[in-house]
Amino acid sequence: MLLIACPHCGNRPETEFRCGGQAHIARPEQPGAIDDQNWSEYLFVRKNPRGVHAERWNHVHGCGRWFNALRDTVSDRFIETYPMGASPKSDTTSEARA
Amino acid sequence: MRRFSLTSLLSESLRGHTGWGRQWRAPEPKPRYDVVIVGGGGHGLATAYYLATVHGITNVAVLEKGWIGGGNTGRNTTIIRSNYLYDESAALYEHALKLWEGLSQELNYNVMFSQRGVLMLAHNIHDVQSFKRHVYANRLNGIDNEWLSKEECKEFCPPIEIGGHLRYPVLGGALQRRAGTARHDAVAWGYARGADARGVDIIQNCEVTGIRRDAAGTAIGVETSRGYIGAGRIGVVAAGHTSTVMNMAGVSMPLESYPLQALVSEPVKPVFPCVVMSNAVHAYISQSDKGELVIGAGTDQYTSYSQQGGLHITTHTLDAICELFPQFTRMRMLRSWGGIVDVTPDRSPIIGKTPVSNLFVNCGWGTGGFKATPGSGHVFAHTLATGAPHAINAPFTLDRFRTGRLIDEAAAAAVAH
Repeated sequence: MLLIACPHCGNRPETEFRCGGQAHIARPEQPGAIDDQNWSEYLFVRKNPRGVHAERWNHVHGCGRWFNALRDTVSDRFIETYPMGASPKSDTTSEARA
Repeated sequence: MRRFSLTSLLSESLRGHTGWGRQWRAPEPKPRYDVVIVGGGGHGLATAYYLATVHGITNVAVLEKGWIGGGNTGRNTTIIRSNYLYDESAALYEHALKLWEGLSQELNYNVMFSQRGVLMLAHNIHDVQSFKRHVYANRLNGIDNEWLSKEECKEFCPPIEIGGHLRYPVLGGALQRRAGTARHDAVAWGYARGADARGVDIIQNCEVTGIRRDAAGTAIGVETSRGYIGAGRIGVVAAGHTSTVMNMAGVSMPLESYPLQALVSEPVKPVFPCVVMSNAVHAYISQSDKGELVIGAGTDQYTSYSQQGGLHITTHTLDAICELFPQFTRMRMLRSWGGIVDVTPDRSPIIGKTPVSNLFVNCGWGTGGFKATPGSGHVFAHTLATGAPHAINAPFTLDRFRTGRLIDEAAAAAVAH
């Protein structure tokens, strides 16, 4: 079980949380103006990296608030958690591990 | 390939079984193959086997990062069934089930396919209605599936507790009698042996690190830990690592990779006659021929490549097992492990072309790929050999996420995934 640092409540066990999948997916401003390919990518295509992943979590059985996290999907180690709307402090552009 | 037969068994028994030899070679990679298959699991090996036997294409390499059958092929709970709701899925999985029925003879290798029946339990009115709909839809597609009352469930599988005191009481179940289990390792080994005998090179400990494309964008070969290998066509069958491999060719996939856990108990005498699945409480159980109870859990909630999941997931599954089968409460579990499953948005696989010419993909089998192994390999071999999908895998395109023609088994399964 993961130990997750909620930015509002501190370290709590994973069972208090719901994972919300990949973070920072922006809904297209004008869905009617983009083609099916781009709409499909918005809806379905995910980075699914082997390495650092930015994802959303909800402290559903705690404060109930959403936040973002960076986690390494190879070790499952959390790198940092940060509030919704913010950017991570760590470098996310580093190449995913082979 | 030395055939297994009564006479070969007798002659070897007189020689102390010293003459069997290796069942497949360990060749050095050639500079170029007509078809390169990335991933030496059951699906990849089956693809190579059918390329050789059905299409006569034998200049084929199967590249495997680790050892064959060491990924999800060796980590699943070996459940085989074909009672899917939608016509497209039913055709695909039934195609596989029919191949399973003759597979040991076809491969001359005992895959220990056992049609002991798979019973899917219903625990609430929604389950009952959904499963009955599956039963009727399956019958229209010529697939056996029948509804059992809870008493009939108890008769078919005596260990089930059907008392009304359960938190999730058993209200009945859907039984596919032709469904069952097989020996997962034997499936990989049997296909490997058959493909190798026909000239396919199975290259283990060979990790693909890149996909080379020419100026026009066509895929022409793969970079590997053992050097560059040219390819006429490339088939990616890399399960949980498909996103990673396809990214090497610049293709982003509608996939997410999750840990899926399973565990086995200490071996005991035969106590469990069939396979019981309960989607509602996420518990899947059967007994292996070795005597271990083989128990499957649900996926963890986050994407991961760590091949291990949280203990609370297996604990939750064992809670359900203990409530449904009280006689197992004192069983000790021997091992647990995780595999990485690639899940599509509609929980149906992707088998076919990609935006890159000469690059094909067979992925997205999620939590249920083992059962499809022969059918998946058969139709993917057709796709690789002819450059066009077989009628059975034609609906399972990557493009369906653009066109919207999803095959939504996620909704059909009627459980929270």
